[in-house]
Amino acid sequence: MAETTIQQHQGEHEAGKLGMWIFLFTELFLFGGLFLVYAVLRATYSADFHRGAEELDAFVGTLNTVILLISSMTVAMSITAIRRKESGKALLLLVTTILLAGLFMVNKYFEWSHKLELKIYPGSPVLENMERGELLFFGLYYMTTGLHALHVLIGMILLTITAAKVRSKQITSESYLLLENGALYWHLVDLIWIFLFPLLYLVT
Amino acid sequence: MDQTNKYTHTSYLENEGRFKGILSWLLSTDHKRIGLLYMNTIIVFFLVAAVLGLLMRIEKMAPGADIMDAQTYNGVFTIHGIIMIFIIVIPGLAAVFGNFFLPIMIGAKDVAFPKLNLLSWYIYVIGAIMGVLSQFVGGGAPDTGWTFYVPYSAESATNVLFALTAAFILGFSSILTGLNFIVTIHRMRAPGMGWFKMPLFPWSLYATAWIQVLATPIIGITLLLVIAERTLNIGFFDPALGGDPLLFQHLFWIYSHPAVYVMILPAMGVVTEIFPTFSQKPVFGYTAIAISSLAIALVGYFVWGHHMFTSGISYWSRWFFSFLTFIVAVPSAIKVFNWVSTMYGGSIDLKPPLLYAISFIFLFMIGGFTGLALGSLATNVHLHDTSFVVAHFHYIIFGGMGFAFFAGIHYWFPKMYGRMYNIKLANIAWGILFVGFNVLYFPLFIIGLQGMPRRYFDYLPQFETGHFVSSIGAFILFAGLILMLYNLVRSRRKGPWATANPWKGVTLEWQIESPPTHENFETIPEIKHPPYLFKKEND
Repeated sequence: MAETTIQQHQGEHEAGKLGMWIFLFTELFLFGGLFLVYAVLRATYSADFHRGAEELDAFVGTLNTVILLISSMTVAMSITAIRRKESGKALLLLVTTILLAGLFMVNKYFEWSHKLELKIYPGSPVLENMERGELLFFGLYYMTTGLHALHVLIGMILLTITAAKVRSKQITSESYLLLENGALYWHLVDLIWIFLFPLLYLVT
Repeated sequence: MDQTNKYTHTSYLENEGRFKGILSWLLSTDHKRIGLLYMNTIIVFFLVAAVLGLLMRIEKMAPGADIMDAQTYNGVFTIHGIIMIFIIVIPGLAAVFGNFFLPIMIGAKDVAFPKLNLLSWYIYVIGAIMGVLSQFVGGGAPDTGWTFYVPYSAESATNVLFALTAAFILGFSSILTGLNFIVTIHRMRAPGMGWFKMPLFPWSLYATAWIQVLATPIIGITLLLVIAERTLNIGFFDPALGGDPLLFQHLFWIYSHPAVYVMILPAMGVVTEIFPTFSQKPVFGYTAIAISSLAIALVGYFVWGHHMFTSGISYWSRWFFSFLTFIVAVPSAIKVFNWVSTMYGGSIDLKPPLLYAISFIFLFMIGGFTGLALGSLATNVHLHDTSFVVAHFHYIIFGGMGFAFFAGIHYWFPKMYGRMYNIKLANIAWGILFVGFNVLYFPLFIIGLQGMPRRYFDYLPQFETGHFVSSIGAFILFAGLILMLYNLVRSRRKGPWATANPWKGVTLEWQIESPPTHENFETIPEIKHPPYLFKKEND
């Protein structure tokens, strides 16, 4: 009987992972729609997009890219740690990931508030007076980074729940589906940023 | 298994689980109960939207404003469309019969994620309620049509925001159901059931689920952008701000055309189950039907441009989309061929489910052929935005998906409730429905060809006869609906007890008790044969 429960358990794990992967597809398609809008508008207004991108701070963008890449690494290491039954280390790595995500959001906050100080936001008179393409570029900037930031927040909540469960030993080396799915989600957040970063900051 | 008296087992209808009374339904994670939750919600909304449709037909019975003015008419056809498309036909067959029968037909005790399944019903209900609320709050009923075309949907003073959000939320529910079904089919098939030993209804659900998962996010982001357009003035689709309204049409139809296949594929799956059972003959061309479902899903993803032939897209893209539209007719025709061949030489038992299934083929073919007239570039220019289009998609959606739903409900009713409806009454209701349907929609083809535009509350005198006949048809159709529903609702509690397998079906759902127990199977069956193996009588 013990054998069948292990098999059942593995079945659930596999099903859960498959479900997560399919969910990630839908997320990619959600952002895919935005990338499509980007492609069409950029083709129409390439010079304006060039100017718009110059307004963005490539340094903050690069910094955030590095932060997310490291956080992806720490969350992956956390899975390795739990597999090796080192749940203390796994917890530490998870908390590091959450802190890095928080750092990303802090940077984002300063970046956005700087833009708002310059009165660059959808519907603002400053933006209305810019070239059409620049206006659309900043529209895209806010939509894409805003939606991405929302995903960062959801990821942080998910990882916090995961961390709590690692702490209370509900996630162990035998059963760590939630950790694995949380990490998969976090990699997606990272992946989307990897595409957003050059499209918005580096097209100058 | 000849049960003429009340069944002896504890069925899912009696097994309440942890909660009692109404909560045993609202908090149930049993896929069968969730299927019924969907069914009852859908029937309620269907009646609402059908009454709205009837009101439109009454308005058009005579020229001029009869019972409503132009603005009210705009609101009525918008909410009719939103309810029918997003709340009824898109979840429709998959959420009702898929939930109820997918696990049983593949020999599983439930779907892969039962809690997620219940959650998607709740999301669905929230979306549906928001859709209805859009009628009563804010600046009046939305008047954009269910297609939400910009720039009008970004500017209309009516309460479009609510309707957009409703459609967005309903999309979530659709995605979760699709995700659940894909994982269920991948991981929960009974031992021995290889992919090509799976019945064909699950196959069609599998193809549907992939479309739900891969296409719905696109409408999600598109609706979100229109919401941003209205609230933040973001301008992607607004020509005044440099945006591109055609881009919206592309994004909208990238989802909404595949959505047509979300509606029709499970419908095809249902009738594919019915033909072998009532012909007592294995389905003809099993593999071809299974693969053609996937082919329809795949090609259907790349034909969206045929909704935009007159909106100024380039010659080559029109050529390309028209060509692909003709290609998608091929797997559909393969299915029709296989259904007819399944009946050929079989011992046909003309019961209500088969009547509905046969009329499905008839109506679907009229819808399909007129679709070719619309998919051709030259004729499309003439027919675009006329009532010909209205007739075409009602033949596909109502004649196809709607009649398949009726077929399914008459086929599986004894399994779902353990009781039988009045067959004679069901036959009469079918006859009334079939006649009413054709009287209602066929005249719209003719006046459409003559130039009657769609979405108008008034018309020129030369279209009066056509509209009058069509409205008569609406009343007949409605009477048929009422009779059919009366028969079914009454038989739910008062019908005679049904045996476990009244139609002599061979798929797994007919091998268990009616109504099924909470767990479906006492022991998970082991599958050794292909799904449609009928025993000869003297075996």
